[in-house]
Amino acid sequence: MKVTLFITCFNDTLFPQTGQAVVKLLERLGHSVEFPLEQTCCGQMHFNTGYQRESIPLARHFVEVFGDAEIVVSPSASCVGMVREFYPRLAEVSRDPKLARAVAALIPRVYELSELLVNKLGIEDVGAYYPHRVTYHPTCHSLRMIRVGDAPLRLLRKVRSIDLVELPNAEECCGFGGTFAIKNADTSMAMLGDKVRNVLDTHAEVCVAADNSCLMQIGGALHRQRAGVRPVHLAEILATTEEDGR
Amino acid sequence: MSAARDEILQRVRLALRDVPQREQPTDVAVERGYRPTADASREHVIELFVERVREYKATVRIVTAHALPTTIAESCAARGVRRLLVPVDIPREWLPAGIEALRDTELTYAQIDGCDGVLTGCALGIAQTGTIVLDGGQAQGRRVLTLLPDYHLCVVRTEQIVGLVPEAVARLVPAVCEQQRAITFISGPSATSDIELNRVEGVHGPRTLEVIVVTPD
Amino acid sequence: MSRSNSKFHIPLTFQESARAALENTQLRRNLGKATQTIRAKRASVVDELPDWQELREAGRAIKERTLRHLDEYLLQLEAAVQRAGGQVHWARDAIEANRIVAGIVLEHGASEVIKVKSLTTDEIRMNEALGQHGVTAIETDLAELIIQLAHEESSHILVPAIHKNRAEIRTLFMHTLGISELSDEPAELAAVARRYLRTKFLSVPVATSGVNFAVAATGTIAVVESEGNGRMCLTLPEVLISIMGIEKVIPGWQDFEVFLQLLPRSSTGERMNPYTSFWTGVHPGDGPQAFHLVLLDNGRSRVLADHIGRQTLNCIRCSACLNVCPVYERTGGHAYNSVYPGPIGAILTPQLLGVERAGSLPYASSLCGACYDVCPVKINIPEVLVHLRAQVVRHKQTSEGIKGKLDPEAIGMRLLARVFRSPERYEQAQKLARLGQIPFARRGIIERLPPPLNVWTTMRDLQAVPRQTFRDWWRKRRVFGSVPKADADGVGDADGVDAEAAAAGRRNV
Repeated sequence: MKVTLFITCFNDTLFPQTGQAVVKLLERLGHSVEFPLEQTCCGQMHFNTGYQRESIPLARHFVEVFGDAEIVVSPSASCVGMVREFYPRLAEVSRDPKLARAVAALIPRVYELSELLVNKLGIEDVGAYYPHRVTYHPTCHSLRMIRVGDAPLRLLRKVRSIDLVELPNAEECCGFGGTFAIKNADTSMAMLGDKVRNVLDTHAEVCVAADNSCLMQIGGALHRQRAGVRPVHLAEILATTEEDGR
Repeated sequence: MSAARDEILQRVRLALRDVPQREQPTDVAVERGYRPTADASREHVIELFVERVREYKATVRIVTAHALPTTIAESCAARGVRRLLVPVDIPREWLPAGIEALRDTELTYAQIDGCDGVLTGCALGIAQTGTIVLDGGQAQGRRVLTLLPDYHLCVVRTEQIVGLVPEAVARLVPAVCEQQRAITFISGPSATSDIELNRVEGVHGPRTLEVIVVTPD
Repeated sequence: MSRSNSKFHIPLTFQESARAALENTQLRRNLGKATQTIRAKRASVVDELPDWQELREAGRAIKERTLRHLDEYLLQLEAAVQRAGGQVHWARDAIEANRIVAGIVLEHGASEVIKVKSLTTDEIRMNEALGQHGVTAIETDLAELIIQLAHEESSHILVPAIHKNRAEIRTLFMHTLGISELSDEPAELAAVARRYLRTKFLSVPVATSGVNFAVAATGTIAVVESEGNGRMCLTLPEVLISIMGIEKVIPGWQDFEVFLQLLPRSSTGERMNPYTSFWTGVHPGDGPQAFHLVLLDNGRSRVLADHIGRQTLNCIRCSACLNVCPVYERTGGHAYNSVYPGPIGAILTPQLLGVERAGSLPYASSLCGACYDVCPVKINIPEVLVHLRAQVVRHKQTSEGIKGKLDPEAIGMRLLARVFRSPERYEQAQKLARLGQIPFARRGIIERLPPPLNVWTTMRDLQAVPRQTFRDWWRKRRVFGSVPKADADGVGDADGVDAEAAAAGRRNV
């Protein structure tokens, strides 16, 4: 299958290794990956902060770049959520019926990585090997917006040699929330403090999630504390095989 | 009528400009996909009622109609009731011997407040929620009777017990829609969750609720 | 309804109040414990119902039907209540509602009223208004009584004294009610309230209440409660005045089969609350012989006019969204500076008051969506929050003139939007970011950023922009051929991206 990668501006700029892992993983599974270089940002930060008008051209740009793709995949539940949940609203606000039609036609072809693997391709065992103690943080948008359910966990459970431990109060927000972390920094930190405490309680060595934005929040605090727990995106675990260690 | 009334209605209508003129309320679909009735046997429904009422820390006893008067007498004796408040239309055979029964013939609040307990029947029981429903009908009297005394002894006949909330609401249609009666749902004794969100039984209403479920002989 | 009327001349923002609340360790402990308890209870009684989602959908749909035809239903309700012997009053705002209530109380020559807990009367600050007429309003709900005795504000819709623990309540009762010996057992604390209020219940001739639901077809009013104080107020006095927001009407009696399942499980995590009272007008020989219903607008018609915000009026005040909210759990209700705290307050208050007066509230959320998941009437709170944020921004841009235009956030957002509109500008910006971070980055980590981003680095390190973006990697990889080969894999390493990236990109076989 030909899969078009929507890397997200965030991963493109800050976490290239996640995109590389997605490419490696999908190719290993026998799919070909396309990456349109014209892609930029889905507009989530603008939209969620109230800059709705500013995000409309970004939605339009997204639809132009990805409109012809057979399948779009992204290693970000949050950005997929933006496209799926809020592009129809943006199209409505823009009063552009052409945009609305294009959005409606594109949405069913946009997948978050674990959704694509488990729900669309029907794979749980991707042949990964990861001999580490890992705890999984289900991000809010993967859990409650696009509802990937336990797809990431099903993938993780099939990873060889992984020591997967449950995170206490896993479903509670880490306090990132985009500009929330800046605008309500005190509350965000209070939430983050509790999340970090729960992560540390697991004695895991790796905290995994399907979104690097939340991992930047959790991982940033863990690193500041020199806690000895590193944040790793789900794609990177799934891309790792036994050969990598040799 | 009043200017306020006209203005509020005007504001509401203005706010609803997006609703098409021809739209009727019933045009807005209401899917009632929930369970209308319990798909359980009668025995199970009654068992569940007893279990759920008990979970509210109310005492529940199950007796045959024949044994009801003795059971009432035993309950009152165990509680130490000397003056028992009853609605005027209480079945004569329910009244326990040797206890002063105060019939509610326009008693004052002070008289009602001075009773050791109240004995009533009910309109319905709801198994799903362990609820007793009073509708002011037979053997129930006015609302204040079951409110001021600290002890409420309530008789529920098994045929009055329904499974789910929707069944109870349906059965109450004549009482509400035709007779405009006041309805009270009682689920366990008076309680509060105001202190640390933990349930504590017993605040202003009766602190002790006792239920006698009566099966046919 | 804003607290700015009474205590604060300048309303505090959520951020300011939250900062103070977060410092209160006792509050944090009390709230954490209480919300965790109630969450677990709610989850267990909701899981019990196989048809919970169907009930939610029905609840939402009934509310939608009602709100889309609110004028008709209000008129029906008015007629039905009058038919049953009640009187109906209409109040455009708080002042008008208070004038109506005070008028009725004074007409009956009463100097005291007993009160059933009611958010609507808190919203209109009825107690204060009655006080100005020399009438004392006595709160009879335990938590409201605690708040009243402590001269504090409510911090939770359902459990106004949630911020107080049993030890604090014990001390309060001992000091204010002159009790010398008292334990901190909740049962004993409740017994104090029972003794204190019983005489009031038996002697005060006028009661006021809120309304949980009012049936348009029959005029039947419902009040849902736990302690029995509600029944006392609804049954014993000669005169009953009930104040309801106009959105509280429901079409028919049958609709209770939905709401009586949704409300108790969502609010206290019980299958059913101890007492629910329904009455229809006046019942000869039973209960108050004069009944007044006050229909209050006070901004609700404005909420109704916004087709996205309208769903806010679905709210049945269960407080499930508060109990599950990670923000509320840490800041408590006072941070919201409104009678309506938590997620529902964050959307209701700015709509009732206008975003210009409560613009910080729509941002008091990480948009985690937990509130939407538990809402028994499916209010999409995150959707409304984002919608209101757009109004806040628009207000800033249009009404604050040059100041709004020069707002650093607005400038930054416009600039970024311009960057993202063009792939070329976007790539330039990536390069600029890499250059711009040089003074701050050390070995791929940024530990200190300049304002306003320094709030990020007070607690967190930040990953620096690596030497190679994903697209750089992709381009180079493409040069070496699209078929994955060991050669291509070396590219990542050669360019010196992080070890992680290299590990992920090393073998593409």
